[in-house]
Amino acid sequence: MSDWWNPDTARPFLDVRDLRVRFTTDDGVVKSVDGLTCSLERGRTLGIVGESGSGKSVSSLAVMGLHRTATNASVSGEIWLDGEELVSADDEHVRRLRGKKMAMIFQDPLSAMHPYYTVGDQIIEAYRIHHQVTRRVARKHAVEMLGRVGIPRPNSRVDDYPHQFSGGMRQRAMIAMALSCDPELLIADEPTTALDVTVQAQILDLIRDLQREFGSAVVIITHDLGVVAELADDVLVMYAGRCVERGSAEAIFRSPAHPYTWGLLGSMPRLDRERSERLLPIRGTPPSLINVPGGCAFHPRCGYADLTGGASASEVPRLTEDQARHWVACHLGAGQRSRIWHDEIEPNL
Amino acid sequence: MAAFVVRRLLGAILMLFIVSIATFAIFFLVPRLGGATADDLASRYVGKSAGAAQIHQMAEKLGFTDPLPVQYGHFVTGLVAGTDYSTGPTTVHCPAPCFGYSFITQNPVLPDLLDRLPVTLSLAAGGATIWLVFGVATGVLSALRKGTVFDRAAMGVALAGVSLPIFFTGLLSLSIFSYTLGVAAPGNSYTPITENPLLWAYDLILPWFTLAFLYAAGYARLTRAGMLETMNEDFIRTARAKGLPERTVVVKHGLRAALTPIVTIFGLDLGLLLGGAVLTESTYSLPGLGKYAVDAIVNNDLPKVLGVTLIAAFFIVFANLIVDLLYAVIDPRVRVA
Ligand SMILES: Nc1ncnc2c1ncn2[C@@H]1O[C@H](COP(=O)(O)OP(=O)(O)O)[C@@H](O)[C@H]1O
Ligand code: SF4
Ligand SMILES: [Mg+2]
Repeated sequence: MSDWWNPDTARPFLDVRDLRVRFTTDDGVVKSVDGLTCSLERGRTLGIVGESGSGKSVSSLAVMGLHRTATNASVSGEIWLDGEELVSADDEHVRRLRGKKMAMIFQDPLSAMHPYYTVGDQIIEAYRIHHQVTRRVARKHAVEMLGRVGIPRPNSRVDDYPHQFSGGMRQRAMIAMALSCDPELLIADEPTTALDVTVQAQILDLIRDLQREFGSAVVIITHDLGVVAELADDVLVMYAGRCVERGSAEAIFRSPAHPYTWGLLGSMPRLDRERSERLLPIRGTPPSLINVPGGCAFHPRCGYADLTGGASASEVPRLTEDQARHWVACHLGAGQRSRIWHDEIEPNL
Repeated sequence: MAAFVVRRLLGAILMLFIVSIATFAIFFLVPRLGGATADDLASRYVGKSAGAAQIHQMAEKLGFTDPLPVQYGHFVTGLVAGTDYSTGPTTVHCPAPCFGYSFITQNPVLPDLLDRLPVTLSLAAGGATIWLVFGVATGVLSALRKGTVFDRAAMGVALAGVSLPIFFTGLLSLSIFSYTLGVAAPGNSYTPITENPLLWAYDLILPWFTLAFLYAAGYARLTRAGMLETMNEDFIRTARAKGLPERTVVVKHGLRAALTPIVTIFGLDLGLLLGGAVLTESTYSLPGLGKYAVDAIVNNDLPKVLGVTLIAAFFIVFANLIVDLLYAVIDPRVRVA
């Protein structure tokens, strides 16, 4: 705690330490996030990837403090945002940061918007929570925001209801709403998953452009490595609530070091291959987070678990810095993994 | 929108005709199918000692000897254009809308109905306000505190509310609040609000709460179920992500979305009730439409039965129309261009 006096220079803008989120359910305790650590600076984009059910959404909701209203959720660890710790902060304080300092956009813009209020009303509401302005001023701001995210004729569309927008336009409106208070941290949880392929690229372009313009820190969550390749500076690969690999996007794509990341790369569709050749899916399905496999949670699905002399099934691998600023959690030696990647995986992708 | 309203209004009028025909048919056709003659029917409306000639005279006077369609035609003409009735030696004109004259007291029906309507109206309006406020508030709180002692207690009381009959809760509250504590009217009295608003409320307070208890229970359960569903919606998470205070999230975003089925049921319940809160009015001997209907049926007084049935049908049909129009106001997705 020697850096308390100058958090700005000492701590990354967003600094998550050993985050754990559990849900008590009738079937047992769900360990949705189990010791996640990551950080992000202003103006940079962090991509979080992993199959569905790996704890990506739960992690981001934890940063937003959105598990506080759930009676069955428990959050521990530390979330530092701009030098302030949020897990231990009081509800009211975190509420004031929500929407203003940090904002979030969600997967399905149709269900994420209230069906009974106009798009404009919803943006106006978001703005007026944090700004003492008249409705008229807020409305002008809403129209301006809609224009900025590329909605044609924002002056009249502002009075439309969400169901009158197309899917892509709705997501643009959600982005306008999230950016209306000029947040310093924007979390986008699968922002393109519910959209048509042609619209997906437009939304990603929009997010990238807006980030340049607003200079905010962006977390983009996806199960699609293609999206990460488009946008992210840094990448965090999640499996069963834990981080298994973390590093710069360049490092992750050029020399991925974790068998699970190889699997994700293998399942990525590529335009230059035939459909039958191009997919090397990971065998099996993600584990239940109530009964997470012991040792490395990935070991029942991993083709290299036998090479670790039993450690994979008995010991949780620690996240260690393989190369500079590139962390991996795997019992295999770095040299061995590098060989496997170059000899067996990369040529077959 | 205008075309929609006109279409629905025409439908409503048609509906009222069908109701009147059905009531008429049940009253006349069914006994006739059972072999009863016009004189058999008329024998109910003369003294016990009356002879056959007297009975037949009554049958002719009441129009029972005419063919059924003629009788029905007479009734409808009276409704639309007014009609003349012979009450013994003289003929009385009954202006439109004429609901006819009581077979027994010879009094015109419409003034009776108009006399009793305010009682039922007062009962329904007061009761509805109470049950709406208590029912919805309890439902929301229960949903937010799901599984807690409050929730369990509230839902237990609600279960009692929907299962206990009015005459039980009514008599119980009469015995406690009126006979024992003396803080409420003992029933059997009604003061118009125009005369003395305080006395009006004093006379109605027990009936209101008795009626409201029954309905509030249902509304609490309905609201709770609706809130549990909407509070899990994605748009609630969005509302929280904006930084809205929880109270705003619950009321403006949650309750607003859960309100649609509640408004629907409320409209229909109110419409049904305006035709007469039969059990409540009987339990408290309130001179409303419900008690009027019961008396009319017991006495086989067709014009009264027809009149009160038509009024009740009118309120139900009208309530349906209002609810349909409200839908468009509540849910922009059903708004037609
Ligand atoms: N409110 C909740 N209650 C219980 N379990 C939950 C809840 N939210 C998420 N989970 C569980 O946590 C795990 C991670 O979910 P999530 O973060 O949504 O995954 P994803 O990586 O697809 O976004 C899943 O197994 C999910 O079932
Ligand atoms: S620790 Fe073992 S099971 Fe886990 S990824 Fe490495 S080799 Fe596979
Ligand atoms: Mg998710």
